[in-house]
Amino acid sequence: MNSYQQPDPSGHFGPYGGSFVSETLTHAIQELREAYARYQNDPEFLAEFHYELKHFVGRPSPIYHAARTSFEMGGAQIYLKREDLNHTGAHKINNVIGQAMLAKRMGKPRVIAETGAGQHGVATATICARYGLECVVYMGAEDVKRQSPNVYRMKLLGATVVPVESGSKTLKDALNDAMRDWVANVDNTFYIIGTVAGPHPYPMMVRDFQSVIGKECIEQMPAMLAEQKVLGQQPDAVIACVGGGSNAMGIFHPYIPFEKTRLIGVEAAGEGLESGRHSASLQKGSAGVLHGNRTFILQDDNGQITETHSISAGLDYPGVGPEHAWLQEIGRAEYVGITDKEALEAFHYLCRTEGIIPALESSHAVAYAMKLAKTMRPDQSILVNLSGRGDKDIGTVADLSGADFYCRPSCQGQSVKGGEQPIKVVK
Amino acid sequence: MSRIASTFSALQAQGRKALIPYVTAGFPFADITPALMHGMVEAGADVIELGVPFSDPMADGPVIQKAGEKALSLGIGMVQVLDHVREFRKRNNTTPVVLMGYANPVERYDQKHGEGAFVRDSAAAGVDGVLIVDYPPEECEAFAASLRAHGMDLIFLLAPTSTDERMAEVARVASGYVYYVSLKGVTGSGALDTAAVEQMLPRIRQHVTIPVGVGFGIRDAATAQAIGKVADAVVIGSRIIQLIEDQEHAKVVPLTIDFLRGIRKALDA
Repeated sequence: MNSYQQPDPSGHFGPYGGSFVSETLTHAIQELREAYARYQNDPEFLAEFHYELKHFVGRPSPIYHAARTSFEMGGAQIYLKREDLNHTGAHKINNVIGQAMLAKRMGKPRVIAETGAGQHGVATATICARYGLECVVYMGAEDVKRQSPNVYRMKLLGATVVPVESGSKTLKDALNDAMRDWVANVDNTFYIIGTVAGPHPYPMMVRDFQSVIGKECIEQMPAMLAEQKVLGQQPDAVIACVGGGSNAMGIFHPYIPFEKTRLIGVEAAGEGLESGRHSASLQKGSAGVLHGNRTFILQDDNGQITETHSISAGLDYPGVGPEHAWLQEIGRAEYVGITDKEALEAFHYLCRTEGIIPALESSHAVAYAMKLAKTMRPDQSILVNLSGRGDKDIGTVADLSGADFYCRPSCQGQSVKGGEQPIKVVK
Repeated sequence: MSRIASTFSALQAQGRKALIPYVTAGFPFADITPALMHGMVEAGADVIELGVPFSDPMADGPVIQKAGEKALSLGIGMVQVLDHVREFRKRNNTTPVVLMGYANPVERYDQKHGEGAFVRDSAAAGVDGVLIVDYPPEECEAFAASLRAHGMDLIFLLAPTSTDERMAEVARVASGYVYYVSLKGVTGSGALDTAAVEQMLPRIRQHVTIPVGVGFGIRDAATAQAIGKVADAVVIGSRIIQLIEDQEHAKVVPLTIDFLRGIRKALDA
């Protein structure tokens, strides 16, 4: 895998990726490609990027040995890459800084973004406040309800949040509307996409900005493993949740040449992979064209995009970054599913056992790590990308647990995705 | 010569401009499309653009998106769209029909019915051209070749943001006609700036030798007439959808005929 060089110059990862946009956007995409090509290796640009990551985001994020969890599982040692400790609470901020720096250099005073759980929206609103850029965030009306604390956060930061009422009123529809805004305002507007999807160069560019996660891990793990007297320089497995797949690509990509390290992406299996109510595009989807790229998508026999389901708004997306489709095809990464129920159990487990409240997205990765650890030896190791913290999800969890909590969605008359019945939690 | 080419050359000989109405297949009623197409021809349509509904129409505005959602709820997929064309062809063998839509339903059709099935079946149904909004020239070479082999045209969009380089690239692969999107924005949005369109067309014609149609933002006889003075064709979509979206079944065709007759008259004046 040392020769892994993707994408090709036109943005293809094997048969995936590319640039499937209407003519109106072609010029904007071309402009962005040229700008990114100019700055991606520019020492001044990279120096500023790393300065921001260090002083604004708080990088490098630590790696933490989840000792109690590892002991209780009785198998491999579990380590958590603490992206939840980043400013704004998730990995999203890494990418947003890079793209906002490009927007500034391209002379675009207005930024638009789409968001599902709100983490990307909050990160974008944060950077726009810091750089003095106008910020408009598109969010599915359904997600606006589910994630009201994040909506308020964006507003506090000066952003305009536009609820999207079309389609399924979730992330994919927010993406459609952001694209439409971009078409209409292409002269002064930069579109900050939050994941490794969309037309070229987005999948590559977002991956590059997020690769700081994996690069740090490769530096940090040898010392960590030596300290714990665990065999090897690098983990036996790296696990991350996959919606669009940016946190996963960020930690996977630098590990691609390390062939002894398994790369495992965890998709949202919702109510079960066979239930039809999930967001597992790689395991249950097929190749198609959506949102400007060819990738795996969830669709019906007529090529219409089907509705997805996950307890976690951030994973509730019917597509996935094209590079994940390619990594699956060449067998370098494996993709598995974790149900809503399993994710929620892992969420509570991590809270009680490690004193960490993980995002529901990240809880999917934690849940699979706990399963996998049991099948491995104590001298082996698993690294989990803890992509975000769960503050934003406590209302959802409170509702599902039947707990009384002032800002849970049911207070506002909303039902919570993840089951009509409250899930019983072992206390 | 393809039906599209012969239509345009006949119009050119008469010094007339083409009227190209757009309607989403299966909208507002699943069974109305063939009758609506005949009605459009009766009112003076030269080419018909038939929209293939898609769940995520990124380049369309709310009017056409809603029409697509309605058609999807009525069970309209590619199979039904091709049925509509087949039905239309029973009584009309001259008016060109162009399918307009997005890449995914086309590719899915091939996944389900076999490699090359879409081009084969749409040619057999009597489709003359295809406009896939999210297929730029560089991503659809094989598809373009397959269409050409079946005598069909691949129609492309150009936009106010298109560079000269881009126009040349589109000109190399486009056939039938080129569709100039008259404004920055999605279908049905904003006001049309006819002066800007007038300035753009000579630039386009430096690269494109086939007819140029203009669409997005043409709403009435006056705008159609202004655009008709500079372009070879005017395309009208959202306005027709709006006109028929809340109508009862019996009124859809007569209302459309009435509206298009007004446009036709203005174009020929």
